[in-house]
Amino acid sequence: MAGKIWVLTEVLEGNVVPVGLELLTKARSMGGTVEALVFSPEADKVTATLGEYGATTVYAASDPAYNEVLLGGPAADAIAELAAQQSPDVILIGATYTGRDIAGRLAVKLDAPIIANGLDVSANGDISVQTAIFGATQVVDTKFEGGKTGIAVIRAKSFAAEPGGGAAPTVVPITTPVSDQHRKARVKERVVAKSEGPTLEDAPIVISGGRGLQDPSNFDLLQQVAQLVGGAVGASRAVVDAGWVPYAMQVGQTGKTVKPTVYIACGISGAMQHTVGMKGAKNIVAINKDAEAPIFKLADLGVVGDVLKILPQLIEALKAKKG
Amino acid sequence: MNVVVCVKQVPDPNSAGQLDPATKTLRREGVEVVLDPGDEYGIEAGLQLADASGGQVTVVSMGPDKALDAIRKALAMGAAKGVLISDPSLAGSDALTTAKVLAAAIKREPFDLVIAATESTDGYTGTVPQMIAELLGVPAVTFAKHIEADGGTLKVNRQTEAGYDVVEADLPAVLTVTAGVNEPRYPSLKGIMAAKSKPVDRLTVADLGIGDVAPGQTITNIQPAEERKAGEVVEDDGTGAQRIVDYLASLKVI
Ligand SMILES: Cc1cc2nc3c(=O)[nH]c(=O)nc-3n(C[C@H](O)[C@H](O)[C@H](O)COP(=O)(O)OP(=O)(O)OC[C@H]3O[C@@H](n4cnc5c(N)ncnc54)[C@H](O)[C@@H]3O)c2cc1C
Ligand SMILES: Nc1ncnc2c1ncn2[C@@H]1O[C@H](COP(=O)(O)O)[C@@H](O)[C@H]1O
Repeated sequence: MAGKIWVLTEVLEGNVVPVGLELLTKARSMGGTVEALVFSPEADKVTATLGEYGATTVYAASDPAYNEVLLGGPAADAIAELAAQQSPDVILIGATYTGRDIAGRLAVKLDAPIIANGLDVSANGDISVQTAIFGATQVVDTKFEGGKTGIAVIRAKSFAAEPGGGAAPTVVPITTPVSDQHRKARVKERVVAKSEGPTLEDAPIVISGGRGLQDPSNFDLLQQVAQLVGGAVGASRAVVDAGWVPYAMQVGQTGKTVKPTVYIACGISGAMQHTVGMKGAKNIVAINKDAEAPIFKLADLGVVGDVLKILPQLIEALKAKKG
Repeated sequence: MNVVVCVKQVPDPNSAGQLDPATKTLRREGVEVVLDPGDEYGIEAGLQLADASGGQVTVVSMGPDKALDAIRKALAMGAAKGVLISDPSLAGSDALTTAKVLAAAIKREPFDLVIAATESTDGYTGTVPQMIAELLGVPAVTFAKHIEADGGTLKVNRQTEAGYDVVEADLPAVLTVTAGVNEPRYPSLKGIMAAKSKPVDRLTVADLGIGDVAPGQTITNIQPAEERKAGEVVEDDGTGAQRIVDYLASLKVI
């Protein structure tokens, strides 16, 4: 039994950010009361979904001012106030940019322990969070102690999101105002980088490139493959740091975690900081000219060869197959 | 603008790290330690902002005596002075304790901006800077991929899941920088020489007046992660591409 579990759910363009639904699905399985927290002017649009995924109560704050400020401060203020009355056992927060902003401030306000970078959470008497260290070669279990509310920051894609057929939740409005203090940082503009095709997180096939692609222009080959197979393009940090492609494409410890049906690594050596973000893929294909490259240790199919030769052939073969 | 940059010394990210099975903290003996590569972006950002406005950079670190080397590197890059908080009672500190110690050290002198990296390479909790902001009562502008300053206002492109937000913040504030926000300079020979005589304040917990901090978490188990098994590796003899297509077809994804 886990007592009372709170799940922070973020909203982006009227939809719940997937990690929120993943955490609700997990929370449902922990045996306890599952309640969601949502901070968005569009909160009313998502309460039904949150119920369906297991929240029996949704604490909803829909101050229009949220559009103009960074959420970290105001959300932490409101959650701390609520937690003082309700004493949840644990608050699950997705490891998103804003999730981390809220979690850090909340830990200070509640003077509560925080475990970040979680991959799993369990409740057997104590609530414990599993994290991975050293490029996910070791897994560590850490339990909350001291009877305070624990804050667990969990990486996206740690659990599958499945609706549980829950009824419409009780909606409790949160009215904690946005303090002047938090208006000292103002969001002037939200720039959305539109990309075609599925997102990295949702694509059934992810094809990623690394330094072995030699030149930024060769990412075009990956785009062509992605387009042909309905996939998305990812990258290693080496090429992100070199400015070849935007950070949003980075897969790995400091980038995204992806779990596609197939991950195709092109000219990527397979450093553990990269593989930690993709080794959950169901199948892995690697192309690398170095037969000793560590990526081959986890590839289901490895092709030792020149990626710049193989990719154009792959594009032709895929086109031929499509007819 | 006077800038404080939080810097951490970490085990060399290029060597495999180890936990001490007895104490369950990072094993530090026999492991090369370096200034966290992520913090070099923070130092560079601080130097650029301070230089443009006629201020100076102070680097603050919590860590063992040896962390002085990390501070010296920051001084060699151009920071004016350092503060190192070392105390046996701080070994294995959690994120909240770390933030309390750093915030208390930062508060000792007036500052306009505190810069940290988005996450440390070893601890990797990625929440210490937001905690510092809360403790100092200032805005936290996080995940910066582009920074401009105009008098008392900071203008930052903040990484988001969807793209980026353009954020303006009044100073003082906490700022976290992502890798790639700038190109960190290398310490010059002159810088390295000058660093030797730059002042470093050495503090203990007692100097900061922080009460006892009881950790609210305990490691209960450490075990090796499940490993994936290697599959088939073939040499490309001109049929490599076709092999991949056949494989994808066998998985029914194309
Ligand atoms: C704290 C920290 C966090 C990190 N986070 C991440 C992260 O989130 N994601 C990440 O990816 N990395 C991360 N890294 C960096 C990581 O350690 C590696 O440096 C990086 O993944 C290497 O990228 P790469 O494989 O593209 O480059 P390299 O390691 O340089 O590998 C290039 C590969 O291309 C092959 N190659 C070259 N030419 C060809 C050719 N013509 N055809 C086929 N193959 C070719 C080479 O054999 C080589 O294996 C992190 C590092 C640290 C310290
Ligand atoms: N012990 C420390 N000393 C100085 N700065 C630190 C320390 N720990 C964390 N920081 C700063 O906070 C950032 C995020 O760290 P973390 O939250 O531990 O991932 C780091 O990149 C540093 O800039």
